[in-house]
Amino acid sequence: MPNVTLTVDGTQVTVPKGTTVVEAAWKAGAFVPTLCHDPELSKPGACRICVVEVKGARNLVASCVTEAVEGMEVQTSTPAVIEARKTILELMLDNHPEDCLTCHQAGDCKLQDYAYFYNVKPGAFGGESHQYELEDDNLFIVRNMNKCILCGKCLRACEEKQGRAVIDFAYRGFKTKVTTALDQPLADSVCVSCGSCVAVCPTGALTEKAMLGKARKWEIEKIRTTCPFCGVGCNLDLNVKGGKILGATSNPASPTNGRDLCVKGRFGIDYVHSPKRLTKPLIKKNGAFVESSWDEALDLVATKLGEIKNKFGSDAIAALSSARCTNEDNYVMQKFVRAGIGTNNVDHCART
Amino acid sequence: MSISKEMRSDIEERYKRNLERPRIVVGLGTCGIAAGGNKVMDAIKAEVAKKGLDVDVDFTSCIGMCFAEPVVEMALPGRASVVYGGVGPENVVQLIESHMVQKTPVAEQAQIQILGGAEAYEGIPAMEKSEYYEQQVRSVTWRLGRTNPERIEDYIATGGYEGIQKALTMDRIAIIDEIKKSGLRGRGGGGFPTGTKWQFVHDAVGDKKYIVCNADEGDPGAFMDRSVLEGDPHAVLEGMMIAAYAIGADEGVIYCRAEYPLAIRRLNMAIKVAEEMGIMGENIMGSGFNFKVRIKAGAGAFVCGEETALLNSIEGQRGMPRVRPPFPAHKGLWQKPTCLNNVETFANVPNIIRKGGDWFSSMGTEKSKGSKVFCITGKINHTGLCEVPMGMTLRDLVYNIAGGIKDGKKFKAVQSGGPSGGCLPTEKLDLSIDYESLGQAGAIMGSGGLVFMDEDSCMLDIAKYFLNFTQMESCGKCTPCREGTKRMLETLERICEGNGVPEDIDNLERLAKVIKTSALCALGQTAPNPVLTTLKYFRDEYEAHINEKRCPAGVCPELLNYTILADKCIGCGVCIKACPTGAISGEKKAVHVIDPTKCVKCGACVPKCKFDAIAKA
Repeated sequence: MPNVTLTVDGTQVTVPKGTTVVEAAWKAGAFVPTLCHDPELSKPGACRICVVEVKGARNLVASCVTEAVEGMEVQTSTPAVIEARKTILELMLDNHPEDCLTCHQAGDCKLQDYAYFYNVKPGAFGGESHQYELEDDNLFIVRNMNKCILCGKCLRACEEKQGRAVIDFAYRGFKTKVTTALDQPLADSVCVSCGSCVAVCPTGALTEKAMLGKARKWEIEKIRTTCPFCGVGCNLDLNVKGGKILGATSNPASPTNGRDLCVKGRFGIDYVHSPKRLTKPLIKKNGAFVESSWDEALDLVATKLGEIKNKFGSDAIAALSSARCTNEDNYVMQKFVRAGIGTNNVDHCART
Repeated sequence: MSISKEMRSDIEERYKRNLERPRIVVGLGTCGIAAGGNKVMDAIKAEVAKKGLDVDVDFTSCIGMCFAEPVVEMALPGRASVVYGGVGPENVVQLIESHMVQKTPVAEQAQIQILGGAEAYEGIPAMEKSEYYEQQVRSVTWRLGRTNPERIEDYIATGGYEGIQKALTMDRIAIIDEIKKSGLRGRGGGGFPTGTKWQFVHDAVGDKKYIVCNADEGDPGAFMDRSVLEGDPHAVLEGMMIAAYAIGADEGVIYCRAEYPLAIRRLNMAIKVAEEMGIMGENIMGSGFNFKVRIKAGAGAFVCGEETALLNSIEGQRGMPRVRPPFPAHKGLWQKPTCLNNVETFANVPNIIRKGGDWFSSMGTEKSKGSKVFCITGKINHTGLCEVPMGMTLRDLVYNIAGGIKDGKKFKAVQSGGPSGGCLPTEKLDLSIDYESLGQAGAIMGSGGLVFMDEDSCMLDIAKYFLNFTQMESCGKCTPCREGTKRMLETLERICEGNGVPEDIDNLERLAKVIKTSALCALGQTAPNPVLTTLKYFRDEYEAHINEKRCPAGVCPELLNYTILADKCIGCGVCIKACPTGAISGEKKAVHVIDPTKCVKCGACVPKCKFDAIAKA
């Protein structure tokens, strides 16, 4: 791929042809904010926060959708650029609740970060702000459309990553809103609650219901693990506070799945702390399950298996293993069946 | 099949013979129909039948004189045809008796007469000498009001499809060069050179190319494209065919707003008959060139007039503008190279090919060639459709064609280019109507809507109206347009309600600047123009609203006070009855008073008072 060389704030930078101006600027070490931009999604050039000055251009240029070309001269922080960015932030804040104190997203919110960086305060122009009802009809996702800045990442993730297109823009002008078809509740839509929208939302508009009010963003320790649900082996980050798992989030750096997870991986991890989990073996005695010790349970299974093997031969026994176990567990299982029991009757739920 | 010479001359012969017969023709464009044209038509048919007259009764499209609708033309063999205005079913009997039977035109109801080489009548202005038409040219609009748009024979008899016939014998590049030579620029508002655009699409690499006609005319007060589509649908089709042949496309889409049902109906009829005659379809006129066209009805979003939003809408997506580049010439409809022009641009094309680029460029200014169709509306005497050569001054347009300001009032401003345009004041009346001059003055040529305002118009109210329009029609995609126009609108509303503060002007200017420089599409980038131009030319009005809490034009209700003048009021009580909120009180024969807390400033009392005793200030 041929390269192009351009200057960003006077610094020369060489990037492969096809690179956007914002990526070139980042490479050159410049700070350029983005809200609607996402490297994994299509580029709408919608929020306009990434505007820069390009020599010879009639207007400011949205750097996330402009291709860097040879000899381009880019300025990322001229007075006109700063004024535009600050005004855009003021416009966003004027239509956004001032509740950072109690907002779940505080500390991990791009809008908050940029407002801080540019010292922009709410109330510059005042006026009407949206007063939508909180939408918590979905089992796992809470939508607060008053906090939505209409960057459109959620609907692009839904359409482009998941192929679902459950949500899209509706209405026009100031009333523009991300909705399901006919603005029905999410719970009544064809949403499968994969939560990809939540994963990409740059503000507190979309949040995981289970984690709301449980921890500030900076209190959460993220522990990378493999999803226990199926054999795909998605990575996820357990969100842990005080030794307790609050929920799971996806991690863009996951080699298997990136930011994608399904409803089980993203929202089903709460079983870990469930009081309904079996922690001791149960043995059925006189028609009812009775708690027992591991020794007693294992002795019983070993005895029964031994009896069957002696009476009917090894091939009378078969074992079915689970995709939800680790590779090591499954290895031990087949070893036990082949070497211990003496049969090849071993299979796995993920084989077909 | 081709249109052979014999066929063409046969059609022309029949067309001429028809013109020599006694005729009554009713203007049935949407404007004529809205004014009651169909009822007039019914009355005419009934009267002709009743009298047993040997008269052809026909209809045509809008001749342009909207101020005179319903319009009826009456013609006798060998005599000029007379165009009557303001015809109602009740006039029909008398008009037919006088003109068609007694052969005496009713001069007082006649607007113009069209000579066409025939003997003129006394006392009726000839079309080309009339106030409304004298300074006009009829280049794109010449068939409007003159032919029946639903008969392809009328089109062919008047030179129709000669352009495509000629084009099919030409080299593709030669066609594009001819368009370049003509200097034709996009008539939808952008003013991009049409020949250059065609060249881009011609040169673009693609296995499939499209022609798209933008007929999503949405500016308030604009109906040029509707009139052309209703009056000359074949010209638009022919223009599209020539473009398609030149750039190498075989498929076209006309994106026409669904609010134009008559235009869509006439287009569909035109497409059907052109296909039946082999003028459109496979192997057109034996040339090997194929072209088919379909209509996509738009669902009413103003932003779909923006070319990339329009393409999204055709594809079934939400009408939101795409980022450019890539431009449609390279990646347009279905990501294929697409040539997108508006109705008037395409309608100009057949004439340019028939008569040559030099003919077209002989009209107009150095950089703006040809003619432009305008819709003139507002506080003028002649509202309607007119076509003028580029370079005419606004003054000529207002005081000659438009017949001056209504009720003898003073001209105050003209809004050129709709919500994206600007308000130009009296000082700019001598401005030449062309792309450059209007742009430099802060307005735009736009698609051709001109809204005139008189001294009774509040410029903030006008700016507020247009901003309200763009805010409601913003697609919501980019922040500056979606949120910024909302705040500008709210600021204007505050000022008009008497709650403005001096900083509001700074805020308006700052927001306008950021929206203009950072919005995604042309709709957003131009949305602040009405505010910027009124601020530029009528700043004193803003200051009066803010500092003195006064609306100089007496329009903004919150800044108005109605008072009863004690020296004029005779206490008749008429105003008390007229007041819908019971705000006026007073004994008989005693001076009445208005309770300002109850008054809603509707002004209903003012015209009722015979003694001019109610003052508005």
